[in-house]
Amino acid sequence: MHPHPLKRLWQAVTAPLDGPLVLLLAVINVLSLAVLYSASNETFGKIDNKLVYTALSFGILWFLAWSRPQSIMMFAPPIYVVGVLLLVGVELFGIIVNGSQRWLDFGFVRIQPSEIMKIALPMMLGWYFQHHEGQIRWWHYVVGAVIILIPGTLILKQPDLGTATLIMASGFFVLYFAGLSWKIILGGGAAFLASLPLVWHFMHDYQRRRVLTLLDPTQDPLGDGYHIIQSTIAIGSGGPWGKGWLSGTQTHLEFIPERTTDFIFAVWSEEFGLIGNLVLLVLYLAVLSRGLMITARAQTLFGRVMAGSITLTFFMYAFVNMGMVSGILPVVGVPLPFVSYGGTATVSLAVGMGMLMSIGNTERR
Amino acid sequence: MPRQRHLPPARGDDSQLQLRLIVAYAFMVLMFLVLAGRFAWLQFFQYDHYSTLAQNNSISLVPVEPSRGRIVDRNGVVLARNYAAYTLEVTPSETADLDATVAELGQLVELTPRDMKRFKKFLSENRRFEPSALKMKLTDEEAARVAANGWRLPGVEVKARLFRDYPFGELTSHVLGYIGRIGPREKEQIQEDGLTANYRGATHIGKLGLEKTYENMLRGRPGFEEMETDAGGRAVRSLRQSAPQNGSDLHLALDIKLQDVADKLFGKRRGALVAIDPQTGGVLAFVSKPGFDPSLFVDGIDTVTWKNLNEDWEKPLVNRALRGLYPPGSTFKPFMGMAALDAGAIGPNEVRSAPGYFTLPGSSHRFRDSKPSGNGMANLSRAIAVSSDTVFYKLAWDMGIDRIHPRLAEFGLGSRTGIDLDGESAGILPSKEWKAKRFSKMKPEYQRWYPADVVSIGIGQGFNAYTPLQMANATAILASDGKVFKPHLVQEVVDPKTGKKTPVEPAPQKQLAFKPEYFDYIKGSMEAVVKPGGTAWRLGQGLSYRLAGKTGTAQVVQIKQGAKYNAAALAEQHRDHSWFIAFAPAEKPTIALAVIVENAGFGAAAAAPLARGVIDYYLTGKVPPEVAGQLQTFKPVPPAADASGPAAAGAAASAPTPQKKTDASPSA
Repeated sequence: MHPHPLKRLWQAVTAPLDGPLVLLLAVINVLSLAVLYSASNETFGKIDNKLVYTALSFGILWFLAWSRPQSIMMFAPPIYVVGVLLLVGVELFGIIVNGSQRWLDFGFVRIQPSEIMKIALPMMLGWYFQHHEGQIRWWHYVVGAVIILIPGTLILKQPDLGTATLIMASGFFVLYFAGLSWKIILGGGAAFLASLPLVWHFMHDYQRRRVLTLLDPTQDPLGDGYHIIQSTIAIGSGGPWGKGWLSGTQTHLEFIPERTTDFIFAVWSEEFGLIGNLVLLVLYLAVLSRGLMITARAQTLFGRVMAGSITLTFFMYAFVNMGMVSGILPVVGVPLPFVSYGGTATVSLAVGMGMLMSIGNTERR
Repeated sequence: MPRQRHLPPARGDDSQLQLRLIVAYAFMVLMFLVLAGRFAWLQFFQYDHYSTLAQNNSISLVPVEPSRGRIVDRNGVVLARNYAAYTLEVTPSETADLDATVAELGQLVELTPRDMKRFKKFLSENRRFEPSALKMKLTDEEAARVAANGWRLPGVEVKARLFRDYPFGELTSHVLGYIGRIGPREKEQIQEDGLTANYRGATHIGKLGLEKTYENMLRGRPGFEEMETDAGGRAVRSLRQSAPQNGSDLHLALDIKLQDVADKLFGKRRGALVAIDPQTGGVLAFVSKPGFDPSLFVDGIDTVTWKNLNEDWEKPLVNRALRGLYPPGSTFKPFMGMAALDAGAIGPNEVRSAPGYFTLPGSSHRFRDSKPSGNGMANLSRAIAVSSDTVFYKLAWDMGIDRIHPRLAEFGLGSRTGIDLDGESAGILPSKEWKAKRFSKMKPEYQRWYPADVVSIGIGQGFNAYTPLQMANATAILASDGKVFKPHLVQEVVDPKTGKKTPVEPAPQKQLAFKPEYFDYIKGSMEAVVKPGGTAWRLGQGLSYRLAGKTGTAQVVQIKQGAKYNAAALAEQHRDHSWFIAFAPAEKPTIALAVIVENAGFGAAAAAPLARGVIDYYLTGKVPPEVAGQLQTFKPVPPAADASGPAAAGAAASAPTPQKKTDASPSA
């Protein structure tokens, strides 16, 4: 007996998707709509935009989930090369927004090539290690480091420390899951801590200010400390239970800067309180757990390192964003995954989630 | 060397992978626990503390407006400045009853219907907890009266605010533009550009002219004052403050005295004049007549006044120098001459006949010369001096549009000069591509380039259309033997705190590759224009320096769009426009200009004497007799004495506030 055609269509559509992940992302997205509505002073302009780019992101997610990881992997070298060339293009012809050079203007569209790198870099590394599977020697990790450092330094030069750190971290996660020696990881960590003074030396003024502000926001409460003080007040005054949806005074009195994008978590915290924050942490942790499960079951080295890197990068986003808004990490431009308003970031996150599902699917096929 | 690490193909039970997954997972959980701990600290243990901070707003940050940069001319005369005055502001959410409060205030100060209308508009734009201005520029007496009664009117504040003033009004209207209230669209733009922090507490923004172009530099950055407030939300004392960063001053290349002379020479006539220093690209005078009173716009113009201005047939709101497109007429010929020499269409000493008309091969249509009897025989230099049309018809025909267009484009014709004003027109330097594009919606025969199209282009008519600014710029390029600058009104931007001067466009964009002897030749023929035998020979009488120029007459083909039908004006509006381009001293030009006087007829009649008056004044200081007695006096003001300097801004901010308790501006 043949099932109903609608039912078959439904099965065709849902087959590539990973049930638990889709469900979790759907819940996060619905909650994010509520908080965005509050953050944008109860207007619908941004909500409409968000719905549009979320739909678009879901389309991309579905397409990638439907694709086979092997096909996705084939695109790694060209995307990586194009990404690096675009970054070089930014260096040469990029336009300057807010003092740093991050955008390329093609007339009809402005793109930020560092966004492409967020996916292209781990893909490239995954492709590279897959090609040497079973015979990986120490020098392969050296080549891997070079693959990381090329885009990394280009982005550092823009200057965009936040994005450069995230992208290099996503590359490091690949090395980690590709079996980079523990000694090197621990040794490297120690070396990094030792080199911090040098890093400080090479930092731009605005980056140093952010670090100083983090250490003591009250030093500069009206300048750089303003963001942190205001968002901390918003979070703290939310209390255990929150002030309730649409009732955040800090939010509605516009004390919170960039409250629809990077600082949206402050709005969330103020209105939903500690309980809301814990719910969000649990939701994210569930996404991460599912990601690591897929990593554990991945069939190929490429799948394993990609799934691991995507999962850990997702974690970095969530952790760094909530950390900076609550005042324990410096203010870097990192969005809260699937909650912050912004099309580009959402699309690149959806690409990651789509690949994760694709890797998860090889199991079932 | 580290031990080699072979990971077998991933197959679930690999212990290496297991370990790494567990470590990663443990790390993530640990970090999330750190976050949870932080949240618990803030939201549970410190809840009371932050709750107090937020609810009572016991510490609130009040933005302190920076003082907007001043605009001064090349001699230090202040053209735009700030002054402090009291405004009466009402915060609706804090009043017991808004209507009653306003009614009571009406007893204390006079509220005109215009004030009320504006207040209603502000109320609809602002939110209830934001103050809206009820009356601006209170007299001291009014401010004192409100202060004395203010204790029983919660939500009412008298604030010292800075206002913008343009002392020379109409004279500088098309250069400076004006600032105005930040509208919804600008609010959006500010958010998009990520400048929200910069505009916290701001009410005004540059809307037009230099005020708009240099908005980011003029604006400055607001400071903040940390205020302790009582339970009712009233400021009780200032805890600390960070001073605002005042906006940068603009030092113009413009000479306001020269501007005034040019403006008065126009009198009631319409038109435009742009004068440029060919050696620097600095704009010395930039006149568009008629002008308007910019102060009308600063606090919101009322609809009737705006409608009248906008529908005035003289179009005072249109910046003719920047946006007005006119066929250049014969002022086009020197540039056409350069192109012809460069293309080899005519040699410097080649003599041509200059008859009374020109016909195309196989056609009987006569392209007439402005002189029916013709000019006999002429080389290129004489053809320019006597403005022979037929010589240029023939040159254009011989060259064809493809050899004309690229050479004239070198002079910046048909593209924006890049001056530091918004909304510049690009003009039209015709080409085959341009025609196809321009008429792309019409039948193919309209889009095709016909060989005959080029003929009238040779004498500056036909499709040609340029702004007075473009003509002045092209003249400056010619005068400086091919130095191309971006014309700029602002010479340097000066940081008020450090005194650091940032020059604007100090170096030429490029140097044109035409042969130097061609420049000399064309410039020589422009000198011949003002000598006996030239079209403007009268102008050359009694010169104490070497002047070079070219007359032009632009046929008026149509009434400019949007103009209202006006029987009295119609006949005048059909008259030709009078053009003159000039530079001096010819051996080393320090001024190059273009003048157009609308509907004034032949170029030598109206525009040329005007240009002579301006150049005379600039080079010799001689005031043209016809404007003697009408000129204003301009006093350069040393920065410290001006009401808007950094020192004065401090004074404005700390002006004694009539009512200490309700006033959020600094009072100690």
